[in-house]
Amino acid sequence: MSDHDRFYSTKLQDKIERNTLLMFVFTAIAVAIGGIVEIVPLFYLPNTAMSGGDGTYNGTAHKDLQGNTIPMDKIVWNPTTSKHKTLAEWQPGDGVRPYNALETTGRYVFIREGCFLCHSQMIRPFRDEKDRYGHYSIAEESMYDHTYQWGSKRTGPDIARVGGKYSDEWHRKHLKYPRDVVPESVMPNFFFLDNNPIDQDKTIKTLEVMTKMPFNPVPKTIYTDEYIAGAKAELEGKTEMDAVIAYLQSLGNHVKFEEGVNYRD
Amino acid sequence: MEATQATAVKYDMDVVRWFTIMAIVYAVVGTFIGVYVASELAWPFLNFDIPELTFGRLRPLHTNAVIFAFGGCVLMATGFYIVQRTGATKLWSNGMAWFTFWGWNLIIVCAVITLPLGLSQGKEYAELPWWVDIMIAVVWLAYGLNYIMTMAIRTTSHIYVSNWFTMGMIVMITYLHVVNSMAIPVDWATSYSIYSGVQDAMIQWWWGHNAVGFYLTGGFLGIMYYFIPKQAQRPVFSYRLSVLHFWTLTFGYVWLGAHHLQYTALPDWTGSLGAAISLAMIIPSWGGAMNGMMTLSGAWDKLRTDYILRFLVTAMAFYAMSTFDGPVMAIKSVNALSHYTDWTVGHVHAGALGWMAMISFGALYHMVKKLWNTEMYSDSLVNVHFWVALIGATTYVVAMWVSGIMQGLMWRDYDEFGTLTYTFVESVSAMHPYYVMRAVGGAIFNLGAWIMLYNVVMTVRQASATRGVGAVAAKA
Repeated sequence: MSDHDRFYSTKLQDKIERNTLLMFVFTAIAVAIGGIVEIVPLFYLPNTAMSGGDGTYNGTAHKDLQGNTIPMDKIVWNPTTSKHKTLAEWQPGDGVRPYNALETTGRYVFIREGCFLCHSQMIRPFRDEKDRYGHYSIAEESMYDHTYQWGSKRTGPDIARVGGKYSDEWHRKHLKYPRDVVPESVMPNFFFLDNNPIDQDKTIKTLEVMTKMPFNPVPKTIYTDEYIAGAKAELEGKTEMDAVIAYLQSLGNHVKFEEGVNYRD
Repeated sequence: MEATQATAVKYDMDVVRWFTIMAIVYAVVGTFIGVYVASELAWPFLNFDIPELTFGRLRPLHTNAVIFAFGGCVLMATGFYIVQRTGATKLWSNGMAWFTFWGWNLIIVCAVITLPLGLSQGKEYAELPWWVDIMIAVVWLAYGLNYIMTMAIRTTSHIYVSNWFTMGMIVMITYLHVVNSMAIPVDWATSYSIYSGVQDAMIQWWWGHNAVGFYLTGGFLGIMYYFIPKQAQRPVFSYRLSVLHFWTLTFGYVWLGAHHLQYTALPDWTGSLGAAISLAMIIPSWGGAMNGMMTLSGAWDKLRTDYILRFLVTAMAFYAMSTFDGPVMAIKSVNALSHYTDWTVGHVHAGALGWMAMISFGALYHMVKKLWNTEMYSDSLVNVHFWVALIGATTYVVAMWVSGIMQGLMWRDYDEFGTLTYTFVESVSAMHPYYVMRAVGGAIFNLGAWIMLYNVVMTVRQASATRGVGAVAAKA
C-alpha cells in the first residue's frame, strides 16, 4: 500500500482532506452553527427589546410586585398612549425614547471621539454597581442605540445613568479641562468642542436614517415629518459641546424603576 | 504530505517578499502607536490638546494597525508561502495576489487617514468607515478565492493542516465582516449599524471574539503547523491531534463571543452558554499547544542554538497560557470581577504579544532566510530581539493583570459602615504606576520590532548585494 492510499484518520476525514470543495463546505457549516444559535433567537425571543411591530416586544412581560404584567408602554414611551405626545413634552419616567436632534448630534460626537473606549453604558446587577451607578441597565434602554454603546472597559466610570447627576456647567468645565475638576483624571481635554458648530444637515439626515432602520427603527409617530423639519431650529446657535452635554444629560432617566421588580429575563 | 516535487515548481514568491517586509514595518508602527496611547493614559498631557492625537481616536488606530496591518500582512505572507509549498504549485493567480497586496495596503492607508480624523462606526475593531468596509470585503474575497483555488490546483494528494486553519479563517472572517458591518450611511464619513442594543451587542462580540478566534488564532495556528515542524525539522507531533484540534476549534470557537456580555441586558442563557463552551475550549486549545510543543520532542537541544525556534516555542507557551486565562475569565463569577478592568487588556496582550507576535516573528525570520536564500545579517540580534520581546511582553502582561485585579477589587470593596470604600477616581489614580509599567513594557517590545526591522533590512541588502536577487523587495 503506497503512502498516498493510507488512511491516517477516518474515511470521512481522509475524503475531506483530499477534496478542497468538501473541505470548504464542511468548514463553512461548522463555523456557522454557533453564531446562528446565539444570535438569531435574540431577534424573536422576549426580553430582547426587539420591537417586532405589534407593541408586545415579542411577548416581553415584566411582572410588578403584585404579579401583574407591566404594560410595555410604561417601559418604552409610546406617544399615542402617553399623555406626553411629543419629544419636547416627554418627561423622565415616561419610558425609553429616542434622542432628540441635539442629543443625536451629541451622540455622533461621542462616537467620533471614541468615548465608549473608556466609558461603559451597561450597569450590571451587583450591589456595588447599584450603589455607584444606579439601577442595572435593561434591554429596552438601548433599543434605539444603533451601534450599541455598552463599551467593554471602564478606564473612566460607567455613564449609563449619568443624566441629571451633574449640572450642565460641571459637564462643560469637565469636558473642556477634566483635571480642573477632577485632578486625578486621565481624560483628554475636549475644549475644542466649544468652538465646533453643529453640522445641521448631517443631524437631519441622521434622524431620517434612524427611521429607516430594519430593526428597531424610530417610529414615525416620534420622528414625525414636522419634527424633522423643525429640528434645525433646535440646533441653531448650538456647539458640539452643547450637544455632548445634552446627550449625557439624556442618559439613564427614561424608565421609572420599581424597587424589587425583575426587569430582566 | 510535504511536497516531494517542490524543486520542480517555480513559486510566486515576489508578492510574499513584499508582504513580509510590510509586516515588519507595520510591527514597528503598530506597536509604536500602542506605546503612545498607553503613555497617554499614564501621562494625559501627551494628548497635546490636538484632537487627532487624543486617546479616543488613536486607540482604534493602534488596534487596526496591529490586527489588520501587521497581523494581516503576516497572514497573507505566510498564507501565500504555505499554500504554494504544501501544495507544490504556483499561485492560482499571481495577479490577484498583487491586487491583494496593493488593496490591503491601500486600506491601511485609508485607516491611517480616517481614524485620527474621527471617522468611526463606534464598534470595536470595526471602526473603519463603510466604504473602507466595502474595500475590505473585496480585497478579502480576492485573497480567499486565490487561496482556495491554489489549494484546489495543488499537485499533492492531501491538503496540509495549515491550509485547513487558513480556510476556516477565510470563511469565518467573511461571515463576520459582512454581518457585523451592515450599516446605513448618513454621508461619506458617517454610518449607523442596522442593529441596535441587545442584538448589536451580540453581533459585535460574535465578530470581536471570532476575529480573535479565527484571524488571530486560527490563521496563526496555520503558521504554527507549518513553521514549527519546518524550523525544528521534525514532523508534527500528532496528526490525529491536529484533526481534533482543527474541527473542535472551528466548531467551538464561534460560540465564545457571548462571554463578553455576561450580566449585561442580554438574556442570561447567552452568557452562560458562552461560558460553558469557553471552558470546554481549553481542551482543543491545549491539545493544539501540546501538538506544537511536542513537535520538538527529541530536538529540544535546538533551542540552545536556534533563536528562531525560541520565538516559535515561546509563542506556544503564551498560547497555552492565554487559552487558560481566557476560559477562567469566562467563568461568570470571575468575569464579574474581571470585566471592564485592565485584566481584559492583559489577557488580550498575552495573546497578541506573547503568542501572535512571537509566532509571527519566528515565521518571518524563517521566511526571510528562505525567500532571500541567505543567512540572517546577525543571528545574535535575533537572540536580542527574542529576549527584548519576552521581557517587554511579560512586563506588559503582569502590569495589566495586577492593575486589573486591583481595579476590580477596589470597585466592589465595602467598608465597615457598609458604604463603598473607594470613589471611582481613587481607582484611577491607583492605576498610575501600572500604566507607567505597561507603557515601559510596550516600549521594550517596540524596541524589539525596530531591531528586527534593522536586521531584516541589512539581511536583504546583504543578499541583494551578493547575489542581485530580491532587488525589488530590497527597496522597501
